[in-house]
Amino acid sequence: MSVLHRKGGERHRVELTVNGKARVGHAEPRMLLSDFLRHELGCYGVHVGCEHGVCGACTIIRDGSAQRSCTQYAVQADGAEIRTVEGLSNGQGLTALQAAFKRHHALQCGFCTAGILMSASAFLVSHDNPTEAEIREMLSGHLCRCTDYHGMVQAILEVSKSGLEDE
Amino acid sequence: MKPVAFDYARPETQEETLELLTEYGSDAVLLAGGMSLGPMLNLRLVKPSMVVDIGRVSGLATFGAVAGTVATGALMRQSDAMDNRDLVSALPLLSLALPWVGHVQTRNRGTLGGSIAHADPSAEIPLCLATLNGRVALRSRRGRRSVGARDFFLGMLTTARGPDEMVVALEWPEAGPGEGFAFEEIAQRHGDFAIAASACRARIEDGALTGITVGLAGVEDRPVVFEFDEFSSDPPDDPDLPGELAEFISQDIEPLSDHAASAAHRRMLARNLARRTVIAAIRDAQVAP
Repeated sequence: MSVLHRKGGERHRVELTVNGKARVGHAEPRMLLSDFLRHELGCYGVHVGCEHGVCGACTIIRDGSAQRSCTQYAVQADGAEIRTVEGLSNGQGLTALQAAFKRHHALQCGFCTAGILMSASAFLVSHDNPTEAEIREMLSGHLCRCTDYHGMVQAILEVSKSGLEDE
Repeated sequence: MKPVAFDYARPETQEETLELLTEYGSDAVLLAGGMSLGPMLNLRLVKPSMVVDIGRVSGLATFGAVAGTVATGALMRQSDAMDNRDLVSALPLLSLALPWVGHVQTRNRGTLGGSIAHADPSAEIPLCLATLNGRVALRSRRGRRSVGARDFFLGMLTTARGPDEMVVALEWPEAGPGEGFAFEEIAQRHGDFAIAASACRARIEDGALTGITVGLAGVEDRPVVFEFDEFSSDPPDDPDLPGELAEFISQDIEPLSDHAASAAHRRMLARNLARRTVIAAIRDAQVAP
């Protein structure tokens, strides 16, 4: 047992697994995980909105659960397994969830969408047959200023019913 | 916004944490889930020189029930508490309140002990602990002590915790026979800070109402709790009782006034939420085992 010390104002090595790949970057203790993912590791799909945990744009999947990346620090996450929106598709087209979002007009400007897709992906793993109320409860952690959330609800319902989600 | 530069320490044991707290005192802040402290750091509402990350300290995410008391470790995550069947059956009030705590994306990191130590006046978990008259277990290098929740919260973000102490566990009285519970909240959107929230426990023994506890959050600078144990008429279904208790409560509080609601608005919300939770808790107690 020992205490790990990281000096403020200096950059320290941080190792993460991001979308299945081992990644290394450097961060001051105060660097937000969201900024680390974007600026050190190039995951620009991690969108930054409010930076105090309210809007949900920066939501990622850490160690299997949907979490804000703006209210944790990169040094805290050292060793964690992170998934971002870049990791959803294998590059061969959209996932079932992404395709359903497109089909149901579940986005307009798309700024909030990256975070919502991560929450919805984690949600679908633990909810085989969700109700609309459960979906809306999960979406309450995200602010969308373009749509009325209805398309997202329909898209997530459709994917859960079809069993198409490739998780 | 970004925090000011801070030094970071990550202990792995409680003893190491207490040593750091003894060394740095009030210059250090303890970082657990970070769902309250993170925003405050980012908005520079706090500017500590040292952040002690207790996220990997062992033995603090425990859960146990002994002789009518449920002990939850300070680092038990809010989402884990919601999913814990033993907790849900032993602490119905807390399980009614947890869905109001932020959102699933924050509950996946936020901890029970962190919310207690943070002491936001509108927070649901402190409200439940104060309503149930639970206790906060504290530890420092000087030793251990436990403080009743109704004495722990001293004001806005202020508690009885000393600068060298850490919250290690919360002690909750288990729901007893004939007890019913209810929780209600008003916020600008679901998961946002409560403008007002009410928690209620009602107790029915041998068909007679013997106790009602009402707690309010968001109304004053800390949770406020009212205990009623003498009633002019015994039948639990006296239709006038909830309104009378709610009226008494609403006249006794001194509500805050801020950007979200005036004092008069909060008094009205407190009266309505108190009445609703009293009605619902009595109804719940009538069907309780």
